[in-house]
Amino acid sequence: MATKRVIPIGPYHPLQEEPELFKLIVEGEKVVDLEINIGYNHRGHEYISTKKTFDQVPFVVERICGICSNSHPYAYCMAVEDLMGIKPPPRAQYIRMIIAELERIHSHFLWLGLAGHFIGYNTVWMWVWRYREPVLDLFEIIVGNRNHYALPKIGGARRDIQPEDYLRIERVLDQLEEKTRMFTGAVLDDPVIRARFENVGILNQKDAIAYGVVGPIARSSGVAIDVRKDDPYDAYDQVSWDEIIATEGDILAKAKIRLLECFESIKIIRQCLKKIPAGPIEIRVDQVPAGEGIGRHEAPRGEVIHYVRGDGSNMPIRHKIRAPSFMNIAANVVAVKGCSIADAALVLAAMDPCYCCTERTAVYENGKRKMRGSELLKLSREKTERIRSGR
Amino acid sequence: MNEPTPNAEFINSIAVKFPDISVKVYSPRRVYIRIERDLAFDLARYLYREKGCRLSTATGIDTRDGFEILYHFSHDPTGVYYTVKTIVPKDDPKVRSLAVFLPAANWIEREIRELLGVEFVGHPNPAPLLTPEDWPADKYPLRRDYDAGEGSGNGD
Repeated sequence: MATKRVIPIGPYHPLQEEPELFKLIVEGEKVVDLEINIGYNHRGHEYISTKKTFDQVPFVVERICGICSNSHPYAYCMAVEDLMGIKPPPRAQYIRMIIAELERIHSHFLWLGLAGHFIGYNTVWMWVWRYREPVLDLFEIIVGNRNHYALPKIGGARRDIQPEDYLRIERVLDQLEEKTRMFTGAVLDDPVIRARFENVGILNQKDAIAYGVVGPIARSSGVAIDVRKDDPYDAYDQVSWDEIIATEGDILAKAKIRLLECFESIKIIRQCLKKIPAGPIEIRVDQVPAGEGIGRHEAPRGEVIHYVRGDGSNMPIRHKIRAPSFMNIAANVVAVKGCSIADAALVLAAMDPCYCCTERTAVYENGKRKMRGSELLKLSREKTERIRSGR
Repeated sequence: MNEPTPNAEFINSIAVKFPDISVKVYSPRRVYIRIERDLAFDLARYLYREKGCRLSTATGIDTRDGFEILYHFSHDPTGVYYTVKTIVPKDDPKVRSLAVFLPAANWIEREIRELLGVEFVGHPNPAPLLTPEDWPADKYPLRRDYDAGEGSGNGD
């Protein structure tokens, strides 16, 4: 009879923005169950928000996540605007969208690079991140910082995009489009990558609905949800683009969706640059009345929700934040079951929040350490090598 | 704020099944439904099973009248966001758990339970999710009487 062993992954890794502890329960090579512990990075943001003024909160919430640091203030500002019943001026709406879509591209590139790294394709990793750099440079030009853009504010945008920068953005987009096309071909047609990604870590449609997953994870399992389409905010109803859906639910589908979404983001930004009107970028907001508001934004990882309630004072009395990964991570329990250990790191990483704290992983047997995280990563790379050499 | 909602039919069908609700259409895609605590479970199940809504998240708020629990349901085909509100009295902070039929509610309810101290009756695994292991059992950070200065469990 096979004995069950526990392989802990995590909780801390300096690379990762959200430490989690995954306990893989394995029988031999096969993962039979998963326990997830989160909370290692709980910083009490919802509590802190109630001690800050409405204007200060965007700077606090953008520090929730370093990758999608636009998504949280964006959703928060929309929640307060919903509470007040105001809309930002058109120019501000387009500026926010441009930043949001650039963020999506750099986030998807980041994921693709790390997925390459995990299966031992370090060339993919280096290349993807090299072509991600120009996006970060654009952020620096537009908002003054590579990350933490501090762009959305209640009733508008904090910074304008200078008309002379339009051309610069266009140039980066042209380059990005070409490189994304190259990666799409290189990644999706590579037989070894296909062998590692295809039919691995499947999340079927039924489970995707039951676990309420969002974003690319939901769309790769045949659940067509995207806040930008379903509940369009700002000027998302003024631009045309396609929602990318797949039904396979495996890692290949997730990779495909993220890659193809980059093309859609490029499409959206191009239209924004054409349509962006001249005019003010903010409206004056004096006082936030008593009431409640909900802001929804499609972050790179899915729907982010901010709920704000005010009592007429200058501070929110309740600020609820729900990041997309909160829903997505829980679904790992289903996706990872039945996988081999060598695939587990990849499956967990495919959800995107978890750039597996694999280097912190250890296999324990009767209290003695048998395998470390680096060895698990090695295991994953060896599997790629085996497939590559046809053994 | 009384713009016509594209989903009047949807709301009517809920009102037929649950006559005691009060509905506030804040904007075309933001709808708030207030319901008795004992019926919240049935309404949530109805929205999920019959109406195809997705439980997006839930919010717990400490108010003067009790703990308010807000279930945020998203009806993705129409993009309307339905918020089901119910009030849980402070001297009996209990409400039926949605996690028994909806795995998505599992973590959401665990989070509210440990941060606000509302018990979700029937929850399959009501263990703390976010707070550290040595967090005192009777301290709820999102209650109004909570003072972050007192023993936060970090040795201060």
